[in-house]
Amino acid sequence: MAITTTVPRDLDAVVGAPMSYWRTVGWRLARDRVTLIAGGVLLLVALSAVLAPWLAPYDPNAGSIRLRLAPVGAPGHVLGTDEQGRDMLTRLLWGGRMTLIAGLTPVLVAFVIGTALGVVAGYIGGVTNTLVMRTMDIFYAFPAVLLAIAISGALGPGLPNTLISLSIVFIPRVVRVAESATVQVKGLEYIGAARASGSGVGDIVRHHLLANVLGPILVFASTQVSLSIILAAGLSFLGLGVTPPAAEWGLMLNTLRQSIYVNAVVPALPGLAIFVTSMAFNLLSDGLRDAMEIRA
Amino acid sequence: MWVYVGRRLLLAVPTLLGASIIVFAMVHLAPGDPIAAVMPAESSQAEIEATKRAYGFDKPLAVQYLVWLGRVAQGDLGKSIATRRAVILDVRDALANSLVLALSSSLLAFALGIGLGLLAAFRQGRLLDRAASAIAVVGVSVPHYWAGIILIIVFSVQLNWLPAMGAADDPGLLPYLRHIALPTVALALIPLGVITRVVRSAALDVLNQEFVLALRAKGLASRRVFAHVIKNSAPQILTVLGLQFGFQLGGSVLVEAVFSWPGTGYLLNLAIFQRDIPVLQGVILVLATFFVLLNLAVDLLQTLVDPRIARH
Repeated sequence: MAITTTVPRDLDAVVGAPMSYWRTVGWRLARDRVTLIAGGVLLLVALSAVLAPWLAPYDPNAGSIRLRLAPVGAPGHVLGTDEQGRDMLTRLLWGGRMTLIAGLTPVLVAFVIGTALGVVAGYIGGVTNTLVMRTMDIFYAFPAVLLAIAISGALGPGLPNTLISLSIVFIPRVVRVAESATVQVKGLEYIGAARASGSGVGDIVRHHLLANVLGPILVFASTQVSLSIILAAGLSFLGLGVTPPAAEWGLMLNTLRQSIYVNAVVPALPGLAIFVTSMAFNLLSDGLRDAMEIRA
Repeated sequence: MWVYVGRRLLLAVPTLLGASIIVFAMVHLAPGDPIAAVMPAESSQAEIEATKRAYGFDKPLAVQYLVWLGRVAQGDLGKSIATRRAVILDVRDALANSLVLALSSSLLAFALGIGLGLLAAFRQGRLLDRAASAIAVVGVSVPHYWAGIILIIVFSVQLNWLPAMGAADDPGLLPYLRHIALPTVALALIPLGVITRVVRSAALDVLNQEFVLALRAKGLASRRVFAHVIKNSAPQILTVLGLQFGFQLGGSVLVEAVFSWPGTGYLLNLAIFQRDIPVLQGVILVLATFFVLLNLAVDLLQTLVDPRIARH
């Protein structure tokens, strides 16, 4: 027999082919129990928010004066009722919708605008860079909560204003990360090689630069989601966000706050929902960062 | 090094001016006539004319800003719409209360956070490390306003140990401490999480360097190794402490609202409720100034501890 026949047809199956980057990331994530659980929790939260109209047993705004502040486990109301006798389970489901919209949108907006600004500033450099980065520095003169309150306080309450003010909070942060990642990658040799071989600016940015800076920026953005959710609910809690009678976790926490002397458990539920969601986002982004081997 | 200090001092000026532009813009961000944003609705025609002149509303925006900045530089932050008192007086009283709260919660968070972070780093991978990491994640994930409500439910409503709101009316240290205890704990949660994380990773970075191995190899007592590790991770730890103290001062709005603690956050909360733009502007400007100066102080202190920074 010739020696060649002893070599299996699929050599990779025996010694293990070198995995691609994303396969490695997926392989690591699949073995990270904490991250998987966090992802599962988020999937549940997202599904229940999307399906709220079909899942909720009651009308979120229909209350009954006779049934105010029913305890958890009351007949017909698994999670009790709020201070206006509205079903808590229903309002928590609908509230998740609002809180997720108010928390996720600003980070998404900041990711798009911040990446664009940061990459442009980092790639062009010079005066453009100074102009963009110094402007962003101004927003760092405020702690996040204070900046959100300053803008929301001037604009007035309402979901659109919350989205505007939180986007302004997160854009400078993303710009900083995008700019420093761009400057770093720009100095690498393969960019110089691409330029020497005649690639245009558009091609270099699209094929060589973005492909290598989007990962770190995305991971950074994911770490901001939990803060964004806490801030969005916090603005509603202060009366600057979503307006009543809409259901939103921060707003529900605020209106139920007066009732802690009557019922100690039900008023704590909306905050628990914020906490669980924000923690799941934090754990997920930690896991993502580890799996992608990106140092914060 | 003095060149660096001078440059850093100069850099704070544009940042402060930028912050003042944002605060100035708040009047014009507010929907409707800017006069309505800074005056009570029932003001007389003479009062409106006087305000128009003081703010220069008929002049171009750049001039208005300079006029406003000039008044602010003299300590005139305008008058509250709700109380008609000078904003600076309200802000001064509130700032003192906020500073006390920020100090007490910072002390708690610093002590616990540094302790936990170091313990976790030296016991890497063990149960204690995992517990510290769990505390850190909870700290940065928990909505602190909700944590405050939970503290009230447990310690005020159920156990009836501590008062639920306000500052003490009676003189004396004990009533004061009883009132500040719960807001202190609620406000300390976020910095506790952040500091534990940063201290752990800073200490681990140092522990993984070769000189630590060399120290151990030459038989240095672990207590002395510990001292070396602390000294080398100090600049990083110092930065996070300074930043967190700044966040405490500006970030206490929600906690102060929960506990009706009479600080800047409570004042902001009232101003939001009454749509009192001059008060909002005054509080935010003062807090932002504090924050910028604090960051400056941290940077300078850091250069003092680690002179290498100035050379970069």
